[in-house]
Amino acid sequence: MQRIGVFVCWCGTNIAGTVDVVAVAEALKKEPGVVFSDNYQYMCSQAGQDLIKAAVKEHNLTGIVVCSCSPRMHEATFRKTAAAAGLNPYMVEIANIREQCSWVHKDVPTGTEKAIILGKAAVAKVNLNVPLTPGESPVTKRALVIGGGIAGIQTALDIADAGFEVDIVEKKPTIGGKMAQLDKTFPTLDCAACILTPKMVDVAQNEKIRIFSYSEVTEVKGFVGNFDVTIKKKARYVKEELCTGCGACTEKCPMKKVPNDFNLNMDTKRAIYIPFAQAVPKVATIDADYCNMLKNGKCGVCSKVCAAGAIDYTQKDEFISEKYGAIVVATGFNPISMDKFDEFAYNQSKDVITSLEFERLTNAAGPTAGKLLRPSDGKHPEKIVFVQCVGSRCDACNEKGKEYCSKICCMYTAKHAMLTRDKYPDTDVTVFYIDVRTPGKNFDEFYRRAVEEYGVHYIKGMVGKVIPDGDKLIVQASDLIAGKQLKIDADLVVLAAAIEPDKSARPLATMLTASMDTNDFFTEAHPKLRPVESPTAGVFLSGACQGPKDIPETVAQAGAAASKVIGLLAKDKLTGNPCVAQSNEMMCNGCSTCERVCPYGAITYEDKEFRMPDRSTLIRRVASVNPAVCQGCGCCTVACPSGAMDLKGFASEQIIAEVDAICK
Amino acid sequence: MSNSKKYLQEELIRISGVNPKKCMRCGKCTATCPAYDEMEYHPHQFVYMIESGDIEPLLESESLYKCLTCFACVERCPRGVEPAKLVEAVRLAAIRKQGNNRLTANDIPELIDEDMPQQAIVSAFRKYTK
Amino acid sequence: MKFSYFPGCTLKNKAKDLDNYARKCAEVLGVTLEEIENWQCCGGVFTTAKDEVATKLSSVRILKDALKKEQALVTVCSACHNVVKQTNYAMQNDKEFAGKVNRYMAEDEYNGETQIYHYLELIRDVIGYDKVKECTVNPLAGKKIAAYYGCLLLRPNSVMRMDDPENPSIIEDLIRAIGAEAVVYPYRNECCGGYVRLEDAKLSDKKSNAVSESAKKAGADVIVTACPLCKYNLEKSGCEIPVVYITELLAEALGVKEDTNE
Repeated sequence: MQRIGVFVCWCGTNIAGTVDVVAVAEALKKEPGVVFSDNYQYMCSQAGQDLIKAAVKEHNLTGIVVCSCSPRMHEATFRKTAAAAGLNPYMVEIANIREQCSWVHKDVPTGTEKAIILGKAAVAKVNLNVPLTPGESPVTKRALVIGGGIAGIQTALDIADAGFEVDIVEKKPTIGGKMAQLDKTFPTLDCAACILTPKMVDVAQNEKIRIFSYSEVTEVKGFVGNFDVTIKKKARYVKEELCTGCGACTEKCPMKKVPNDFNLNMDTKRAIYIPFAQAVPKVATIDADYCNMLKNGKCGVCSKVCAAGAIDYTQKDEFISEKYGAIVVATGFNPISMDKFDEFAYNQSKDVITSLEFERLTNAAGPTAGKLLRPSDGKHPEKIVFVQCVGSRCDACNEKGKEYCSKICCMYTAKHAMLTRDKYPDTDVTVFYIDVRTPGKNFDEFYRRAVEEYGVHYIKGMVGKVIPDGDKLIVQASDLIAGKQLKIDADLVVLAAAIEPDKSARPLATMLTASMDTNDFFTEAHPKLRPVESPTAGVFLSGACQGPKDIPETVAQAGAAASKVIGLLAKDKLTGNPCVAQSNEMMCNGCSTCERVCPYGAITYEDKEFRMPDRSTLIRRVASVNPAVCQGCGCCTVACPSGAMDLKGFASEQIIAEVDAICK
Repeated sequence: MSNSKKYLQEELIRISGVNPKKCMRCGKCTATCPAYDEMEYHPHQFVYMIESGDIEPLLESESLYKCLTCFACVERCPRGVEPAKLVEAVRLAAIRKQGNNRLTANDIPELIDEDMPQQAIVSAFRKYTK
Repeated sequence: MKFSYFPGCTLKNKAKDLDNYARKCAEVLGVTLEEIENWQCCGGVFTTAKDEVATKLSSVRILKDALKKEQALVTVCSACHNVVKQTNYAMQNDKEFAGKVNRYMAEDEYNGETQIYHYLELIRDVIGYDKVKECTVNPLAGKKIAAYYGCLLLRPNSVMRMDDPENPSIIEDLIRAIGAEAVVYPYRNECCGGYVRLEDAKLSDKKSNAVSESAKKAGADVIVTACPLCKYNLEKSGCEIPVVYITELLAEALGVKEDTNE
């Protein structure tokens, strides 16, 4: 028989406001096995923990029930307390009477009744708990960073700086991401390329970092400290190790009409290309959709002009298997499609563009060599209208946009407006806004400068419709302060399109068993206290894959993710979770059902010799769980038709005891 | 807010099925409204005034009869507020009062010509008369 | 292929061409339109208020009749289509409203089961533009035609689901299928002023003019519409180019247009 102590926490008024904690402690005192029961204001405080430790000693407790907040919050705390008092930490159970009780009920009688029931269930379970000892597993001291934008670059550099090897997998032919496409950066207006490309070079030259460009992660197996990852290196039809990046092929390729995605298809490139001058790796890639040689075997010009002999039309996709201890997701963002917002006439006029397209139009390496010219006729625009919040802050039921604020648009629009007025003082610039949101160091000052020093017109109101009319765009909008409907003749309209996570994020999350929110942003382990960790152990988050972010925030988060990775890789061994599945070999009928449902590949089958009562031996096929790989998800325990699979710490009889206690 | 105002507000919200609290005050409805010039109160004001209970001026306003029910504001509202449905609810509240019919059968002969489609007349009756 | 057909009041009177040519063209394209018996006027506009029940009963009767015959329902007039489709949507999605309506109805409950096609959707989704091309005996080559959608066909899109409400192409695709040139102009989905003509003719003139000027500026020879009130408003406001029904234009291409109009 266990000797159980019950500790009811008030959590200030969080619990005590709607739960009569004294009554709960009294009621649970009468439960079987309970020899001690008490309540305290903050059980997680040092004094609260001391109270638990003293009770363990004084009453020779063998098990503990803490009625408090969610186990996600303080289970680890109380397990440590138990261990310090000489108890096995797995003899502790938490009854969640805060999130699942006091916070969701309004009146004290109901809250108290439910808290008692939850406490009884926990007591019933502890009565059946047995001490558990976690196993250990080694750590592969290498990290994988998925995504080679500024987030991935910074994370990789910081991890490498601590002496660990890092691989970056980037799906495009070069690292650099969105930042490489930007012109200047707010609020200091340094040129994006000037601050990014040295970091890209650092990555290329760092001996600890390998870049898999034009590559994708296709499979992830294993667990924290021991991930097995398959990387697909897509055929680029150029031998990376031979290509010198001289660019002769990209000049001579006769296929000139390939949309240039780096410039958002506002100009063209050749079928063999290097995305931009400072690309890393500086290696050419053939676009198989346009290359005549690959399509119909007629051409071969690039091969003829390549002095290095790097062209290989027979190259195939290559699959590489690597082991890592930690994985960082840095898959970034994209502007949303404007297809569903054609009241702004994006699909009806070339002179309605997105803000990212505007970046390319003002970038010296862009399609207009940095001159701000209208895409339709190459004329200098004299009147530009910027529209904020296109597709951001939409109603949840609205099938067109995103519910969240995209966060970066207010600042980049202020930047665009200011730079336009600075470079082209004759150009009239109007910004339509709903709210101007500029929290950030020197951000609001920056926006005010755009208005006060550069004379940008900010109008509170939204644009309702853009009407292409000859070579003009009639912008029909609200001026809510003046109480007017405006019709402005503009030459160029720039839409601050909402941003969304990259489309590759969703399948990647499935591979990593990492959770996502409804918008496909990766979820943090804790929104405030563990912002760069995913709830899946060993998977970390960097940059806009977790939520909209500007560059300073992304870089800060990238460093934070790196430090978490370094903390993990610095360990030689990891303590595992003892709550893993185990198979009762006497009951196992060898059907393989559990093996098929296990998402972690933790179950194998072996032929085992059994001694029969008549002293004969019998060879039977039975399931065996690798405790280092098992994550304790419990799929196998419900799938097993003979009831042979059980989960340590969550055994079927323990769960049934809890249910019985609740229904009693 | 007085009880009678509150009752009217609740009634309008109920029959329109619109929740004016969803409005984020962007003014896109008014930006897009084709009858803007003819209206005294504009779509965003209908939403705001109903939300704040200031409904009397709307009931009296000619704006009620200028809305073209073209659904442009409904289509383009990023918050799914559907201002036209609120305008319609206020219009109904106005014309449902005894003696408040905007259009009667006697007015028709003067308003029509021989080409006018039946559709125009039945629609006008739906909108202006109870 | 047989479909239930609801012409509506205007098509029996001032807009006979819209109706007449819709039937003729359908026959050429291999579709029979069976007119619903004893239908009543849909009311011309959909009253969005949830407590307006009686005004929507005629539409529900039409929808129920089609269901009884196990046929999809075809409409031509933009206004009828909007009213019937919005009513059907309310029957599907507003349980309280549907309950009230069903208490007025004899026989079985109706919950929005009938499928509704606008004539344009019938051509695009059932008949196909290829069939139209095949049946075109008199291609309207060289004709520059501006499609006028107005508001009722497209909005609210969450209910109508006909096309992109801001940049539609369903009429232009049909224009191209009969060999003519489609003129795309920015005001094609703006309102003509509708029934407000009775209340404020100036407002209606202003709105209609914006549409016709925009079409003219884009180089159109003719404007096509599926709505009798749009046609009337454009014509009354002094539109300088002819406004014809989409079915009339189709009839010309399919060779079933009568020589003397009226």
